[in-house]
Amino acid sequence: MLNASAKLKENIFDKPESAPTRDGFGKALLELGESNPKVVALCADLAESTRMLPFKEKYPERYIELGVAEQNLATVASGLANYGKIPFIASYATFSPGRNNEQIRTTISLNNLPVKIVGSHAGVSVGPDGATHQALEDIALMRVQPNMTVLSPCDSEEARKATLAAALHPGPVYIRLAREKTPLMTTSDTPFEIGKALPVWSSSKKPQVTIFATGPLLHNALLAAKRLENDIPVSVFNVHTIKSLDTETIIAAAKNVGAVVTVEEHQIAGGFGSAIAECLAAECPVPVEFVGVRDLFGQSGEPKELVEYYGMGVLHIIAAVKKALARK
Amino acid sequence: MISEQKIKDVSLRAADIRQTVIEMLVAAGSGHTAGPLGMADIFAALYFYVLHHKPENPAWDERDRLILSNGHITPVRYAAMAHAGYFPVAECLTLRKFGTRLQGHPERLKLPGVETTSGPLGSGLGQAAGYAYGARMDGKKFRVYALMSDGEQDAGNTWESAMFAGNNRLSNLTAVIDRNNIQINGMTEDVMPLENLRRKYEAFNWHVLEIDGHNIREFVDAVEEAKAIYERPTVIIAHTIPGKGIKEIEFDYRWHGAPPGKGPTDKIPADKQAEVFLKELRTYKGKIQSEHE
Repeated sequence: MLNASAKLKENIFDKPESAPTRDGFGKALLELGESNPKVVALCADLAESTRMLPFKEKYPERYIELGVAEQNLATVASGLANYGKIPFIASYATFSPGRNNEQIRTTISLNNLPVKIVGSHAGVSVGPDGATHQALEDIALMRVQPNMTVLSPCDSEEARKATLAAALHPGPVYIRLAREKTPLMTTSDTPFEIGKALPVWSSSKKPQVTIFATGPLLHNALLAAKRLENDIPVSVFNVHTIKSLDTETIIAAAKNVGAVVTVEEHQIAGGFGSAIAECLAAECPVPVEFVGVRDLFGQSGEPKELVEYYGMGVLHIIAAVKKALARK
Repeated sequence: MISEQKIKDVSLRAADIRQTVIEMLVAAGSGHTAGPLGMADIFAALYFYVLHHKPENPAWDERDRLILSNGHITPVRYAAMAHAGYFPVAECLTLRKFGTRLQGHPERLKLPGVETTSGPLGSGLGQAAGYAYGARMDGKKFRVYALMSDGEQDAGNTWESAMFAGNNRLSNLTAVIDRNNIQINGMTEDVMPLENLRRKYEAFNWHVLEIDGHNIREFVDAVEEAKAIYERPTVIIAHTIPGKGIKEIEFDYRWHGAPPGKGPTDKIPADKQAEVFLKELRTYKGKIQSEHE
């Protein structure tokens, strides 16, 4: 059942409302415009689709246009942060932190400057645009950089909270967003703290498998948990912070249950599941099954069919749970 | 206007800086020789005349910001900073050693006063432009200087930043290009021709000045002119001689990335390079000696 303390929406399983995570970012940026004069917004010719447009219209003097120049997006933001501003830079994740990875590494991470990198259009669920615009390696790129914090919110409301929290965080932060509408699961009362994994589903019986999910696929993980309710009791955690990982919670859950499934819309190599596996291999080796993209590029299609095709649907998660259980 | 006496003072500082650079590179056993020697006059002018700064308080809020984009010439910056009083000159000999604040390429979080981290080419102008943009938003009076190599004019990021600074009319930003015509693979005009560099920057809405990079007065005058230019950033293309001060290595691109003792041996044997270099620098290519004679 859903954890009461997570204060999630009641209609998660029954025609939930939906919104893109990028919308939550846009709302929060507007709030920050009001509350934090140090915040500036930089965009590489994608103000509408990264949802920076409302900020641009309300605070034009704090909106900085870079044009199609993602390397400069990173270096100019580094200079602004070095001066004392809190820059948010937004583009598609394939371009930032994709194209400008070295600039982020040298001028933002190594400098430990508070630039907030917002990568929209992550995952195959970008849909019809195809592989060139579907970021499947951004978590890997960002989580290997020292000083960087990596956030992957599960819905629009959590993206709003992640953005507000990122502005207050002293160092560089990467926020991973999606293009398409995804189910709303959290409420304004749902706890959010950078670095704290949130238990969202538990069973009245002792769970036999724990699912760690990140991003909007948390919804599929919850659907899988509900379908397994009378068969295999599981627990589900929303792991919105991929770095710094909540190792304490993750190790305790893995120890308690003894088998783990990770769920992410990203390459399995180097991604969220890898981060969990690194942690567990060192501290508490248990069977881990990975749900994610298996060394393939995406392609054009509808978001749902792509998620299914690449093996991240509800039935795939259920199959992974059963496999993890069998390996115990 | 800078006085004759001040120009002499700055020139003497440049000579000290060159010697320290050679001593540092010899102690380190690796690093770049040609670029630091070629930029010693400009660094001496910056740290001993141009910059508003307080060596005893590197975080002084009103200081001019010097962003070094081509981080590989950092020995000349470290030497200039040490002679200006940021840290003891003796610390220069820790360059590139384990635990040092003087990293092979400069790091903002290691040594107060270096302003940023650099080395990967092409990313300094954007940082300087961002700095200048932020400062202008808040009405700050300090100036931002961006020092670049000519080789890094190959990099796309440089031109993205040039376009940004020109379009945003960042007149509080002055860039300096070390136009020494060499890069690792050879002469710039052989590797990837850059000319006409002046017209390229003009087309990007920059005010362009060209100077002899070893003439202190020309550099200082150019910096002063840049302060008087409104609505446009200024770039000073400083024509310099790589390896300046040691006649055997001047203009020789093979000395781009080699330290004394590990450079080409067709003119000076490896084991004599450090000694010959220092002697030439101390006697101004033998001029002092010949005057005595």
